[in-house]
Amino acid sequence: MKIAIASGKGGTGKTTVSINLALALAAAKLPVQVVDCDVEEPNAALFLHPELKERAGVDLLIPQVDAEACDLCGVCSEVCQSNAIVTLAKRVLVFPELCHGCGSCTANCPHGAISEVPRRIGEVERGNAGAIHFAQGRLNVGEALAVPVVRRLREWLRDDCTVLIDAPPGASCPMVEAIRGADFVLLVTEPTPFGLHDLKGAAEVARELGMPLGVVINRADIGDAGVEQWCAREEIPVLLRIPFDRRIAEAYSEGIPLLTARPELAPVFLDLQRAIGAILEAQA
Amino acid sequence: MKQIVVLSGKGGTGKTSLIAAFSHLAANRVMVDADVDASNLQLVLNPRVEEEQRFMGGQVAEIDPGLCTGCNLCEEACRFDAISHQGGTYVVDPVACDGCKACFYACPVEAIDMAPQHAGWWYRSLTEQGPLYHAHLRPGQENSGRLVTLVKQQGRLRALDEEREYLLVDGPPGIGCPVISAASGADLAVIVVEPTVAGVHDLQRVLGTVAHFQVAALVVINKADINPRKAREIRDFCEQHGVEVAAEIPYDPVVTQAMVAGLPVTLHAPESPVSRAMIAAWKRVVATLAGQGERDAESR
Repeated sequence: MKIAIASGKGGTGKTTVSINLALALAAAKLPVQVVDCDVEEPNAALFLHPELKERAGVDLLIPQVDAEACDLCGVCSEVCQSNAIVTLAKRVLVFPELCHGCGSCTANCPHGAISEVPRRIGEVERGNAGAIHFAQGRLNVGEALAVPVVRRLREWLRDDCTVLIDAPPGASCPMVEAIRGADFVLLVTEPTPFGLHDLKGAAEVARELGMPLGVVINRADIGDAGVEQWCAREEIPVLLRIPFDRRIAEAYSEGIPLLTARPELAPVFLDLQRAIGAILEAQA
Repeated sequence: MKQIVVLSGKGGTGKTSLIAAFSHLAANRVMVDADVDASNLQLVLNPRVEEEQRFMGGQVAEIDPGLCTGCNLCEEACRFDAISHQGGTYVVDPVACDGCKACFYACPVEAIDMAPQHAGWWYRSLTEQGPLYHAHLRPGQENSGRLVTLVKQQGRLRALDEEREYLLVDGPPGIGCPVISAASGADLAVIVVEPTVAGVHDLQRVLGTVAHFQVAALVVINKADINPRKAREIRDFCEQHGVEVAAEIPYDPVVTQAMVAGLPVTLHAPESPVSRAMIAAWKRVVATLAGQGERDAESR
């Protein structure tokens, strides 16, 4: 079972839900993998302290023009949709930071003047935190494209255990790349107007992808009733409510997972996984 | 005109609450919500929309099954795993499609068309605090960086045209494409951080990002009293790296109450310690920009 943990709004508690669900499953001797797909700001490792045993670079293939072979015909610039290769009067300029690495310029150059060179934009790592399988991606600082790093990381999703995909915030391409292919989307929100507004966007993505979804309301006793009312109206199940507790916030700030600070809450997270399992079974 | 962007790296640290306060405190300003995935500034500025425009995003490939000969060249050309063979024909997964057009050029029988995508809307609005430019990206769309650039440019032109003093930009979380679009051309980035392990980690990455694009930065520590030791760690880190901590905001439910009331916290609870800290932060922003102006004048 692959569960994507997403949110729309940032800072609602995606990582908290992911790691505590993983800790609860591991404590119950159930196999689990955490995959931190928030490659712009990966944080799960700060709580799980995994031993990372394997690392791989994520490269884009960008064009390199052989000036001898090039006759400045301009086809490469014509086919490029990212304005990453520009033909001037005397030479061709490549803008690596704009290039998506699609290979069109290389494939379409009539003179075979373009070859490709790898450009590193990030890396992926994997290992273990105790019994928990762990993988994460990291976009290099200054780089724009998170999606290729997420795409590379998806190759490491396991088939032999419960996979918890910690998605990036938002509702655009990096979030979609992280959640697509999962069996279930768990949306973590807070009961505020901001939380509700962004929950709607994330829920719409899940629905457009045809994925079943449920909601976790974090800091459930702050704010207003808008999120509860909307979920009831939309018939989206609220699977867990985590109360605001300054002690939880303080433990979190030190990198101490909720279940380490409050182990008696483990059954709550096991129930969450069982509830998701029941929804998927009912659908099948 | 000075352009100020509020960023955070980690999401949910209080960017929008802070920029809402700045939009109340600043004189003669234009606001831009550059977090087009999660555009929340409108929820506390109560805009009246004056103009609505469609935003056309990238293109998505479409294969005409009547023309497709099944030669497989498109699938081979696609580096985004967006084309697959299904039921005797080739189909494009619009979610995975980059719009790069590699398949279009690879197809020998012109069976592929590129369809422009209606990716969202952008709005010009009026609020009690001044003009607001904001947008709504349709869920799951690409090109949020382009939409960010577009709304920011619209706000910037308005601010220049009307000789406004400040352009206040509410940025997205993270460090990637929409953040780079939101921060480019800014005179100052105000980075909101919480005193947590994740906050410290993400602060380092977002400071690296703004430094990479040569944007000056100030740091504001939000909910500073949740972990005074981590707050000190942030102050020490900032001092070592020559970045000023402009203010420390205490944790207070009044911030959520202001959000529920749909108001900037400095309007909702002007005497609260939170509001006083945000006022102090704004004063440091003004002083820093004035200092930049003086240095620019000297170097000329």
